[in-house]
Amino acid sequence: MKILPPVSIEARRLLPSRFDVLAALLVLGFIALFADASRSLIEPLSSLTRERLSLDPANLPGYAVRTALRMLIALGVSLVFTLTYATWAAKSQRAGTLLVPLLDILQSVPILGFISITVVFFLSLAPGKIFGAELAAVFAIFTSQAWNMAFSFYQSLRTVPEELTEAGRMFGMNAWARFWRIEVPFGMPPLVWNMMMSMSGGWFFVTLSEAISVGHTTIALPGIGSYIAQAIIEKNLHAIFWAIGTMLIVILIYDQLLFRPLVAWADRFRFDNEDSEDQPESWVLNVVRRSTLMDRIAAPFQSFMHRTYRFSAPLRVPALRTAPAISPRTADIVWALFLVLLAAYALWRIYELLAGALGWSDIVAALGLGAITMLRVTLLIALASLIWTPIGVYVGMRPHLAHIIQPVAQFMAAFPANLLFPLAVFVIVRLSLNPDIALSPLMVLGTQWYILFNVIAGAAAMPRELRDVGTNLQVKGWLWWRKIALPAVFPFYVTGAITASGGSWNASIVAEVASWGSQTLRAHGLGAYIADATAAGDFHKIVLGIATMSFFVVVVNRLFWRPLYWYAERRYRLT
Amino acid sequence: MADTILLDVHNVRRSFPKPGGGELLVLDGVELTLKQGEIVGLLGRSGSGKSTFLRLIAGLAQPQGGTLSYLGHPIDGPAGGIAMVFQGFALFPWLSVLENVQLGLEALDIPPSEIRTRALAAIDLIGLDGYESAYPRELSGGMRQRVGFARAMVVHPNILLMDEPFSALDVLTAENLRTDFLELWGEKQLPIKGVILVTHNIEEAVLMCDRVLLFSTNPGRIAGEIKIDIPRPRDRTDPRFENYVDQIYTEMTARQRAQRIDRGTGLGMLMTHVSPNLVSGLIEAVAAQPYNGKADLPDIASDLQMEIDELFPVGEALQTLRLGEVEGGDIKLTHMGKRFADGEMNERKEIFSRALMSQVPLAAHIRRVLDERASHTAPKRRFIDELEDHMTEAAAEETLRTVVSWARFGELFSYDDESETFSLENPT
Repeated sequence: MKILPPVSIEARRLLPSRFDVLAALLVLGFIALFADASRSLIEPLSSLTRERLSLDPANLPGYAVRTALRMLIALGVSLVFTLTYATWAAKSQRAGTLLVPLLDILQSVPILGFISITVVFFLSLAPGKIFGAELAAVFAIFTSQAWNMAFSFYQSLRTVPEELTEAGRMFGMNAWARFWRIEVPFGMPPLVWNMMMSMSGGWFFVTLSEAISVGHTTIALPGIGSYIAQAIIEKNLHAIFWAIGTMLIVILIYDQLLFRPLVAWADRFRFDNEDSEDQPESWVLNVVRRSTLMDRIAAPFQSFMHRTYRFSAPLRVPALRTAPAISPRTADIVWALFLVLLAAYALWRIYELLAGALGWSDIVAALGLGAITMLRVTLLIALASLIWTPIGVYVGMRPHLAHIIQPVAQFMAAFPANLLFPLAVFVIVRLSLNPDIALSPLMVLGTQWYILFNVIAGAAAMPRELRDVGTNLQVKGWLWWRKIALPAVFPFYVTGAITASGGSWNASIVAEVASWGSQTLRAHGLGAYIADATAAGDFHKIVLGIATMSFFVVVVNRLFWRPLYWYAERRYRLT
Repeated sequence: MADTILLDVHNVRRSFPKPGGGELLVLDGVELTLKQGEIVGLLGRSGSGKSTFLRLIAGLAQPQGGTLSYLGHPIDGPAGGIAMVFQGFALFPWLSVLENVQLGLEALDIPPSEIRTRALAAIDLIGLDGYESAYPRELSGGMRQRVGFARAMVVHPNILLMDEPFSALDVLTAENLRTDFLELWGEKQLPIKGVILVTHNIEEAVLMCDRVLLFSTNPGRIAGEIKIDIPRPRDRTDPRFENYVDQIYTEMTARQRAQRIDRGTGLGMLMTHVSPNLVSGLIEAVAAQPYNGKADLPDIASDLQMEIDELFPVGEALQTLRLGEVEGGDIKLTHMGKRFADGEMNERKEIFSRALMSQVPLAAHIRRVLDERASHTAPKRRFIDELEDHMTEAAAEETLRTVVSWARFGELFSYDDESETFSLENPT
């Protein structure tokens, strides 16, 4: 299955529409609102005492469970968000025009920015207690997966075959019943797939959000992430290896117990009637399916749902339908007015926060740093492409090899690369390398795998006949790469590179500033700017940094990746 | 000159390793000679290994035994003088028509100007003039296959291999392309000296070939050779043409009977999946006017618009269930077959179920196991394991799938694919 590109890639218009601008304003306003609130809240909370973590490996299983649970809760929240937000966007054309661009902007906001901004707010909900911090961590994971899950489901809802909906209507299903029995099942396979993909980001951010300092407020939630943070402070290399090992096991268990069963289960909802070539299998799912326990647990829930399907009378006489209370035209005006007011409010919030505190020179400085980070991301993605594309083609053309390498690449993408940073920093400190250069590869450490496994998938998907033609005509060497192999994997490569580049921007906040014990390495860039502002609790700069990074991401997506993506889809996609 | 031997294949054997160990033999003792000026057809059902054989000749795969030689040189990789046309066209969507055609020349050491001239000439010859800059997706199926022909011909191969080149096209387009090809071939305008055509369409083989080799299945062997002695251009309504078609049908059904013995008995009986709807459909068609219970295979095939590799398995299923007999190019309903045709749905199911119990040992076996067990359920694995004593894993899956589908129709037992269990209860 194909990974969905970000929203700004899918939309076909190049220039921003009114709604894109409105969405940007609203997101920025929302961030400003939180930042402002946090600014006034920060003082009374600075007294929150930091829980001391023990680096004894015996505590790791307990920490791992806490980390894994946070992940699970966030997944549940993301799912609820997806089912409501995406449905609203798809069903109401009026709402959709705003909600979809909103997703695009939200997707471009660096997730660590969300954490910086909201942590203090969440802490204020339960002052002095760990609960607020837990909420903040869950929210951080939520922001790393919800947007693309929602977008995937939105797209499914928009493409439900008309026949299915009509069949539902003819059997007297109400909208509620159609939603659960037609639309949700139809959207399930891509949703599960996207959920799994966004999990990769999730692990990265769950470990980060467990140990974070905003100004004087420091959080240390028991978990693998805070364990490793403590290990960095204490310069304990052994503890870091223990944490890495534990994380590997946690991801494996998650994969076996949650995602494999989910993917295998979702396969039954695939709409095409063909038997898929390799049907996803899961031993957990087999056990569940063969036991009657699950049936018994599910039965009362099912019968409850069945009753709700019958709520509204299916027989409706068209003539008796009451006219809507307000005409559509009035509703349009009310909606537009509402949006204008909302935009005005957002603008006012942004102005309130930033006016006076920041000058033009700050903006220019942020843009300059953004350009440096962009250069870094570009160079590293290019480098990663040069390395992984040929390897991916080589592997993908050999099925037995691909069967081994493909899961490994997916696993590597899921592994939170930030856990490996201390090892790199340790080496950089020892060899006293230039941080501007030496820290850069950390940005693609976790994201380069998207390029590899997409290219493998592309090469493996190449029809045998096409490869046979090349062999039959004795096309070899550079001619073969130029005319056959590279074009064949190009659309897959682009999707992988888009995901990798988005992930690298996100990772820059952690990668450009790294520490080992009391030593801190700092590279120049927008990521370091945001990280420093967060550490200093300077909300003006945090907001400016986030806004600048979102701006860069959106602009790069629209001006570079989108044209490239559609060009690849049009010209090189094998159908 | 006319007797130059282009290709000589002797005693070729090809097998694939099976997942559970051992090997699956797909080609065994295959012999072939291709002389200059000949079109030789390879005719057989799908799965008879004829496409595998073509890949061996093209040097895309290596045999496990035997020799292949091209103009006296052994074939141990793709040879310069052998080009191929593919069933699915196999055009590169990112290259224009001209670029697709040029690709093979670019791999040779030829100056760019000559590449262009030769490519344009090939495009011209095959009737694609004006389409040079078009991309494959802009072309219809017939036009795409013309590009496939031009691309193969532009390298001036001595041998052209064609792997069911017309089977992905609609009837009219396919006929148009065949006629054009034969015309160019007849006028000796094509830069090729011999052709091997793989097909499962009997009429196509009679129309195009000088000789037709009949392939048998499991493993693929050459079971017979028929020389088509009709002057070109050939006419499909010519009685000689019809005779050849009949003759090939008869030979193929005769071999099919002989093969039934190979297919095993008891639990080891291999079964190809055929939908029960096709079985009833064929029974009804044979029972109805104008056949009244006995039909000529070529006639009913063209009536039902079916190819041999679609029709033969259905005939075989009829024979397995003793609802029909296939003999000498005819298909005849048995007494039970006629009753099936006359019956209502419930009666049909009854007949089908009884036929399964008496003629398909595996179905009877599963039913017996289910009857004996207190729970009246049994896991699929149990039967797969038993079947794998007699056949490959893939064949076991296919056989079991067939029995499940037939048993469902006959309401003999039911099967739940999610839990992979057989049971006696029908969902109520």
